[in-house]
Amino acid sequence: MSIKIALVGNPNSGKTTLFNALTGMNQYVGNWPGVTVEKKEGRLKKNEDVVLVDLPGIYSLSPYTLEEVVARNFLVEERPDVILNIVDGTNLERNLYLTTQLIELGIPVVIAINMMDIVEKNGDKIDIQELSKRIGCKIVVISALKGTGVNEAADIAVEVANSKEPAPVYNYSGVVEHAIAHIEEAAVHHMPEEQQRWYAVKIFERDKNVLEELNLAKEKLEHIEKDILLVENKLDDDAEAIIINERYLYIENILKGCFNKKSLGRLTMSDKIDRIVTNRYLALPIFIVIMFLVYFISIGSIGDWTVGFMNDTLFGEWIIPATETFFTNIGCQGWLVSLISEGIVSGFGAVLGFVPQLMILFLLLSILEDCGYMSRVAFILDRMFRKFGLSGKSFIPMLVATGCGVPGIMASRTIEQDRDRKITIMTTGFIPCGAKTPIIGLVAGALFGGSALVATSAYLLGVTAVVVSGIMLKKTKLFAGDPAPFVMELPQYHAPIYTNILRTTWERGWGFIKRAGSVIVAAGIIIWMLNHLSIDNGIKFITEETGGKSILEILGNAVSVIFRPLGFGDNFEPAVATILGLVAKEEVVGVFGTLSGGNAEMGFNLALNGSRLAGMSFMVFNLLCAPCFAAMGAIRREMNNWKWSAGAIAYMCVFAYAVSLMIYQFGSWFSGNGNLIGTIFASVVAIFMLYMLFRKDKNKIGER
Amino acid sequence: MKTLKDVKIGKKVKVVKLHGEGAIKRRIMDMGLTKGVEIYVRKVAPLGDPIELNLRGYELSLRKEDAEMVEVE
Repeated sequence: MSIKIALVGNPNSGKTTLFNALTGMNQYVGNWPGVTVEKKEGRLKKNEDVVLVDLPGIYSLSPYTLEEVVARNFLVEERPDVILNIVDGTNLERNLYLTTQLIELGIPVVIAINMMDIVEKNGDKIDIQELSKRIGCKIVVISALKGTGVNEAADIAVEVANSKEPAPVYNYSGVVEHAIAHIEEAAVHHMPEEQQRWYAVKIFERDKNVLEELNLAKEKLEHIEKDILLVENKLDDDAEAIIINERYLYIENILKGCFNKKSLGRLTMSDKIDRIVTNRYLALPIFIVIMFLVYFISIGSIGDWTVGFMNDTLFGEWIIPATETFFTNIGCQGWLVSLISEGIVSGFGAVLGFVPQLMILFLLLSILEDCGYMSRVAFILDRMFRKFGLSGKSFIPMLVATGCGVPGIMASRTIEQDRDRKITIMTTGFIPCGAKTPIIGLVAGALFGGSALVATSAYLLGVTAVVVSGIMLKKTKLFAGDPAPFVMELPQYHAPIYTNILRTTWERGWGFIKRAGSVIVAAGIIIWMLNHLSIDNGIKFITEETGGKSILEILGNAVSVIFRPLGFGDNFEPAVATILGLVAKEEVVGVFGTLSGGNAEMGFNLALNGSRLAGMSFMVFNLLCAPCFAAMGAIRREMNNWKWSAGAIAYMCVFAYAVSLMIYQFGSWFSGNGNLIGTIFASVVAIFMLYMLFRKDKNKIGER
Repeated sequence: MKTLKDVKIGKKVKVVKLHGEGAIKRRIMDMGLTKGVEIYVRKVAPLGDPIELNLRGYELSLRKEDAEMVEVE
């Protein structure tokens, strides 16, 4: 019979390393049903019958964070045969706090103490035998990194699973124990014995998820409530806090005598590094240098070269022409060849072109993440980002988005606070991604003599859009929800573990290919059809001989009216380009080349009647409006809610329209040929935005 | 009432009580900030917030507005 082991532990305890060491390549990565938390499962290298489930890294089993709820639902509902609890030996108290909660579940627990080498190096001592006796679980000393003790830990877990003996629970203080006994008697007596304790303690804590699940009768609840209130009055604290206090006290007690800490007050290696890295004066300069290097290597120099190679050479010169020749030679009709090469293959190309660049970016970021620097980044930047309704952790999504918005949006997952994460998702798309740079180049080349100021202003615009949107959004009622604390561990620095890094890089890169690829190819086919079919006299295929207006052109003409107030609605090309931009932003440039015959810059110039203002307005709209379909898909995934996703995309479009309107109308007015109605509208928009920016933050009054 | 927010950098304090309620309080306590625990205030971030604490042998960062909930001796 197969055995299921749940791997549970704090973040930064080495859980991932242990999981990789135990399962090797036998892994399956997915998602927990209904949420965006990653689920990893694998089979033991040494014993294929044993399934190891990697639960999210958590500090507790509270009902508040997504990860904790996912972990405890799995443990309570699926009841694995044994819990393998990885504990960071350098951080015993806080790690064992989770252990106390695991033991209560009534599932057998085996503790694997990791990083013992560092404990010993620090001169500290842990009496494993004594600790094991006191806590009532088997303990194995391991080094996940070196792989020592790892198989032994798995063997013992299997052994304990077969014995089916849960660890003995410990006792709370008299009054609490009394109340819990009452609750056990009154509410959970019908349950299997080993599960009663956990439910009783949770009822005592007034855990909202458990109370919902049990749906106790009203009289029972009132009766229990009396017991709880009695304890609360006696100990002058709320029930939840009482339990947490007692758990920590219990750990402090059992550690007395079996944990000997010599290193108290001495600076560790990590502290020494932090004296420089998070130093008041040096922190920001160091941060800027590191991020510049990351950006320069991945997006700038090497990354840029790979994108150029992939798009222009590999796909542009080799693969696409080769596919065309191949399908023409085997006798396919012209339209089919065009559909395959332009619709499908070039869609793939658009996605794959960014892969090497993103892989380099992911690689560098996972190195920074793995060694512990990323939490320092959040620590350094939190104050600044908080002003815009974001958190210190919003920086990473924004940085990734300079390469591509899809992984940028996906990176927002690490932000715990719901509000901060949503605003991050809504604004990350404003950052000019790699695919938007050709648009910037086009506008600069066609109308501004190739001035570098255009690119600078585009990035400034992106950052400003993030800041302005953040401030406006955080003040709206939508984000009035519960404020969450920013409580973050600053883990010890360690040398990056290369297997972890390569794995993370690969998982992220592959995730991008799967997600972006499927959306872009589907969208590419649809747009290709719109571009090549005409409905003049019934649906027919457009060739060079037949000519005629494509559906896209008709659509462009219809849509272009909307863009008149923005200055680029006189011709249909800009509208078509904007629509195509939804497939992939670099498509925007191609439109002016193909639709205007030949040179893109010339076509662009003609389409906008040579107006610099209209060109600027066009660029701004295309940089800020709804992102490409792939990014919209990412928004949908991360928001995990249709309404929020639609709202986010609508917000981006409206915001882009408003900014372009103001640029074009005020610009025209200043240059002396303004339109009265247009200027009035733009002024109304400007006043509204200023009001939204500077009004009082009502959400703040409600905070604590 | 003296709170963790008022403690000077480089000082060690003992927690008296946690104020506030619900998710925020729970989260802070889960991280080991409980009654009686000793906290060393290590530093403040370059922009003046959050602060870095050392407690129970590890480093924790906390925003000042959250530190205000922690009453200290």
